[in-house]
Amino acid sequence: MGVVQTKEARPAVPRGSGPWRRLFSREGPTAVVLLLPSLIVVFGIIIYPLLKTLYTSFFAVDSAFPGHYPFVGLGNYAHVLRTGEFWDAVGHTAYFTVLTTFLEVFFGLLIGLLLNTDLKGRWLFRSIVILPWALPTIVNGAMWRWIFNADYGALNALLTQLHIISHYKAWLGDPWTALNMVAVADIWKNTPLAAFFILAALQTIPGDLYEAARVDGAGRLRSFFSITLPLLMPTIVIILVLRTMEAFKVFDIIYVMTGGGPANGTETVAYYTYVEAFSNQLFGEGAALAYIIAIFILFFAIIYMRMLQRGEVEY
Amino acid sequence: MRRGTYTRGEFLGLGVAGAVILAGCGGGQGGSKGGGTTTLNALFMQQAAYSSDNVNSMTKAFEKQNPGIKVNPTFVAYEALHDKIITAAPAGSYDVVLMDVIWPAEFATKKIVAKTTGRIPPGERSKILGGALQAVSYKGNYYGFPWILDTKYFYYNEDMLRRAGIKRAPATWDEVVAAAKAVKSKGIIKYPLVWSWAQAEALICDYTQLLGAFGGRFFDGSGNPAFNTGGGLAALKFMKMTLDEGLTNPSSITSIEDDVRKVVSQGQAAMALNWTYMFALANDPKQSRVAGKIRIAHTPRGPGGAPGVNGSMGLAITRGSQNQDAAWRYIQFIASQKIQDRYAKLSLPVWKSSYDEKQVIDALPQVVPVAKKQLNNMILRPQVASYNDFSHELQVQIQLALKGKKSPEQALDDAARATASILKSS
Repeated sequence: MGVVQTKEARPAVPRGSGPWRRLFSREGPTAVVLLLPSLIVVFGIIIYPLLKTLYTSFFAVDSAFPGHYPFVGLGNYAHVLRTGEFWDAVGHTAYFTVLTTFLEVFFGLLIGLLLNTDLKGRWLFRSIVILPWALPTIVNGAMWRWIFNADYGALNALLTQLHIISHYKAWLGDPWTALNMVAVADIWKNTPLAAFFILAALQTIPGDLYEAARVDGAGRLRSFFSITLPLLMPTIVIILVLRTMEAFKVFDIIYVMTGGGPANGTETVAYYTYVEAFSNQLFGEGAALAYIIAIFILFFAIIYMRMLQRGEVEY
Repeated sequence: MRRGTYTRGEFLGLGVAGAVILAGCGGGQGGSKGGGTTTLNALFMQQAAYSSDNVNSMTKAFEKQNPGIKVNPTFVAYEALHDKIITAAPAGSYDVVLMDVIWPAEFATKKIVAKTTGRIPPGERSKILGGALQAVSYKGNYYGFPWILDTKYFYYNEDMLRRAGIKRAPATWDEVVAAAKAVKSKGIIKYPLVWSWAQAEALICDYTQLLGAFGGRFFDGSGNPAFNTGGGLAALKFMKMTLDEGLTNPSSITSIEDDVRKVVSQGQAAMALNWTYMFALANDPKQSRVAGKIRIAHTPRGPGGAPGVNGSMGLAITRGSQNQDAAWRYIQFIASQKIQDRYAKLSLPVWKSSYDEKQVIDALPQVVPVAKKQLNNMILRPQVASYNDFSHELQVQIQLALKGKKSPEQALDDAARATASILKSS
């Protein structure tokens, strides 16, 4: 039985050949020149904007007075953290993130297991399942906005014909319902990604494991919980990392489906940042908000990376 | 075999050249002048009034007359227009931008658009309708040229009202409520009224029109918020009452103007407020199930009168434009009376004398007589530099009241408090 390790072994580095020593070796300057274009690009599109945003977040940037940007230190951060609207947005974002991530993984697991069976026409089913994920988010949002439309949407027509509801509902007309409806649209779009990750992982599990379990008298359920699920865990953790980060900075689907409404009920942190920075022109506050989001995401990332590092599985 | 065929110096040269090429790729100014041709970049909105096809046709006609000037029009949704202008301003990406009536205060204060007071002679000003000029004016100066003149009119389904025993258009908001009750009680339609009450600027337009009708005002003489008392409060209570009584379609809370148009066109509402463009589309058999039955009328009267919200727009030149004269020539062409009269069916002209032109009257025979009266009676939304922030606060508070999460008094008091703080910090 082999051991699957998630940590890669570091290649052996000869003594006395650290990066600085290598820089001043004969090949050093050549290497620098070769790397220069990539370094310029990375600095230009990643490092500089990051530093500039951090710098901006310490100033009261008011476009009404170009060139006059008083230094406010952590004032923008303090102001944002004192604002009720920000904490409402954090609440909506947290709820949205937990709900969508959990259900996407859950449905992804079910679909992955189904696609892994000897289903007839499996290839066709696999192609269809990936379609929602292939749709651009903006198109997906616009499509669901039509489906949920209170007057001519498909959902009301369907539920009325099935006699589940007696009169049409404004699905995006109530703050709480609207948040859940946006979550439905997000789950529909992103579940296929989880399903395909899980399907790929399922196909790496050796069949003889199940055979041995069967010989030992284990049923299907026991095999699932003792073999399949533990071996899927590293993949599930990766999906969790990806989806949590994506869901936490959700913006486009909100922009298309609800515009943050009704009554700010679907305003997420990223949407709030957009409104503050670009509609209300409070660039300093917008920059502070961007860093607050980054800190939240970093926090999740650290937790998940720890989980991954502990994810050594033996079989 | 030699490991490399280049010397270190050659490598350094290549690296620097690569960096220069990369930097060069990022450059590029809008409105470049190559081969004696001036290129103008213009930003318009996609929906309502003139369509993108119309603007493209106008632009082609302009280019034919001005071979030295090329124009690239870009179209975005109204909801994205403001933010696009703001974010593009520092880079000077556009020479001409479409500016809503609520933005001159902000764009002038932030020096985004150029002053055009000197470019419009007083004689020409007197030929333009006052409401249209307001779309480009702030503190006695002009910032562009008026292009779209619009207000929200009252639309009704004549057939539905007749079946409910109502023979003429309701002239007051009380009559609107009575008509809605009659339509509902006769089972003609479940929700007789539909509005643009989504969390968007559309909501403020409807609210402003009602605030005007109920005799309210946004600010008092000292510049303090005043919409939380008197007519402003009565307007919100009226809105809530129509929802509570089941007269207003609950989907209104997610609707903007085009949703209202579709609901009316599907025969699912008897009465609505909307811009001029709805008349032609709601009576077009290709787009409407109730074509020929939708009538237009002056907005209903309340205790404070019957003003329509000013929804005009103008074309402005950005301060960063390198081609200000060419931009002005383009604006003057597409806003000229000749062009506007030709497209009157989609958007009524800003020129006073157009309303007596046969071409314009024939284009919209039912609309022009109503427009002649309504366009002289309009109410402006507040002209404050931080308008978007103010509007956002008011939208949220009005929706909280409409959803019953707050009383109308509480919601407007909260909005007034937030407004005072926004005005103080701007």
